Amino acid sequence: MTAPVLPAQGALRRRITPWLLVAPAALWLFVFNVWPSLNTLVLAFTNAKPLSGGHFTGLDNFGRMLDDDQLVDALLNSVVFMLVCLPVLTLLPLLLAVLVEKKIPGITFFRTAFYTPVVASAVVVALIWSWLLSDRGLVNGLAQAMGVLQGPLPFLTDRWLLVLSAITLTVWKGLGYYMIIYLSALGNVRRDLHEAAAVDGAGAVRRFWSVTVPGVRNTMLLVSVLVAVSALRVFSELFVLSNGTGGPGGRAMSLVMLIQLYSRGFYGHFGYASALSILLFVITIGPMLLLTRLSRKAA
Amino acid sequence: MAGMKTREADVRPAAVIAARPGRHEGRRRRRGGFGSTGPGELALRYALLLFVLAITVLPFLWQLSTSLKGPYEDVFAQTPSFIPLQPTLENYARVADTIPVWTYALNSVIVAVIVVGGNAVGATLAGFALARLEFRGAKLLLVLFLSTLVLPGEVTIVSQYVTVRGMGLADTLLGVALPGAIGMLNVLLMRTAFQAIPKEMDEAAVIDGATPWQRLIRLGLPNVRGMLSVITIFAFIGAWDDFLWPLIVLNDPKNFTLTVGLQYLNGTFSANPRLIAAGTMISFLPIVLLFASLQRFFFRGVAQGAIKG
Repeated sequence: MTAPVLPAQGALRRRITPWLLVAPAALWLFVFNVWPSLNTLVLAFTNAKPLSGGHFTGLDNFGRMLDDDQLVDALLNSVVFMLVCLPVLTLLPLLLAVLVEKKIPGITFFRTAFYTPVVASAVVVALIWSWLLSDRGLVNGLAQAMGVLQGPLPFLTDRWLLVLSAITLTVWKGLGYYMIIYLSALGNVRRDLHEAAAVDGAGAVRRFWSVTVPGVRNTMLLVSVLVAVSALRVFSELFVLSNGTGGPGGRAMSLVMLIQLYSRGFYGHFGYASALSILLFVITIGPMLLLTRLSRKAA
Repeated sequence: MAGMKTREADVRPAAVIAARPGRHEGRRRRRGGFGSTGPGELALRYALLLFVLAITVLPFLWQLSTSLKGPYEDVFAQTPSFIPLQPTLENYARVADTIPVWTYALNSVIVAVIVVGGNAVGATLAGFALARLEFRGAKLLLVLFLSTLVLPGEVTIVSQYVTVRGMGLADTLLGVALPGAIGMLNVLLMRTAFQAIPKEMDEAAVIDGATPWQRLIRLGLPNVRGMLSVITIFAFIGAWDDFLWPLIVLNDPKNFTLTVGLQYLNGTFSANPRLIAAGTMISFLPIVLLFASLQRFFFRGVAQGAIKG
């Protein structure tokens, strides 16, 4: 390291600069992603709590899951949530996309308006719907005024009505999002097929099923997987609608609500919360991997 | 975080959404060919559009209306008036007496600014390095960045809290902001944007003796402004709307962000819907204004998969 100082320095800088640029993101990758993932695996086998513990307890947390009635309720809620959301949120946004596809005057305004619930916070949306659906809210009031109901329906205090209300607002909030995904896919559907079908005398409904749907089949699959994953991850909607209680007896909880419940405070149990997180990972990994493949195909 | 995380390779221009159907439309209408819009179909379309518009927008307007109703107007009536009889802004003042709503708004802004700044800088630098510079371990890093995408954020949220707590940042705004300050998806999106710059331009700069920094600032940045806007806007929305993570990290009501504070208001003083309505509007209106003024970026963002749900 004596004579050609400058070239050597240049080479060193050339080797270091890329690392300098990538360092912050790499730090975040390890500190906030890789490490927590590994730590979840470790914590799940301990009894770590916010204020105490941290002993290795083997499979205790997983054994506890088997006896946890609240967990059974939460998983059942998720299944119902998913089964209702899947057909509705796969089909309705497609119809909506077909409706807004044609560039008629004012269409940008409608597209923008339909997308508004997507950018609102889930908390804001859930608070709006809490007010609409409360015992003395607009929905119950109008239904009684019109004579449809004798007394108010307990949308926010009955387990299944609560789940149904959360589904309703999830659909309402999700419509615009999936609509935009479909809209970009519709642009790729071959127009000549539509015209050929029209020549053959196929009506609008017929053309929707035999030209549009096959044309966006991959996108429909993508959307349905997205819907399934987000149904399994539902949190804010149920939490806010039930005012943080999870409904009567905590029976309208979701899996993520349970994870939140055990992550802190009086019920805090990092070990059990981590075991529940691993359960969430196990039930979402299939759809998530499928998603990666589908989006690669779409791109 | 999540949703369309994995579509980072899908970089279609905004024109896909905005222009394509329109172009066909024009050509077809001139030809007077099949499927041109007759007056009956047009009327049906507008009727359906107005119907969906009512469903999407009325709940927001109802909330706005409730927030403007005075104490003497019965909001619990079975058939309440849709338009406030005596519109007043006093609920917006009174909600601030109940919870420190402006402090919460400021807290949300602080978190959002850190997240936006962190992502704009961190994701850009790393995206450039991964796209255009060669270094040892680049492949491995890329694989690790990609593999974080299959993990829903909720899976690691508990140990993320344990990590943040270990740093002494529990119950602080920095603790809320830090983990999301460089989003892994954003790094990958920026990498894709830098890759789209023609290699020849970059190679010419290298031959001219440009350092990596010069290549990034003079050649790279001007060419990725679109993607940079997309990730910063979505970083802002994501931080502003986030609920679960700040709910876990924050404890002391004076540190709450707006979303956590609103839920707190809902739990504590649920008696007065006017105040809750005013609070939700304080959280909602800035986002709507942002959205309305920058909507083309939003639609491009969805097409590119830059969504965080």
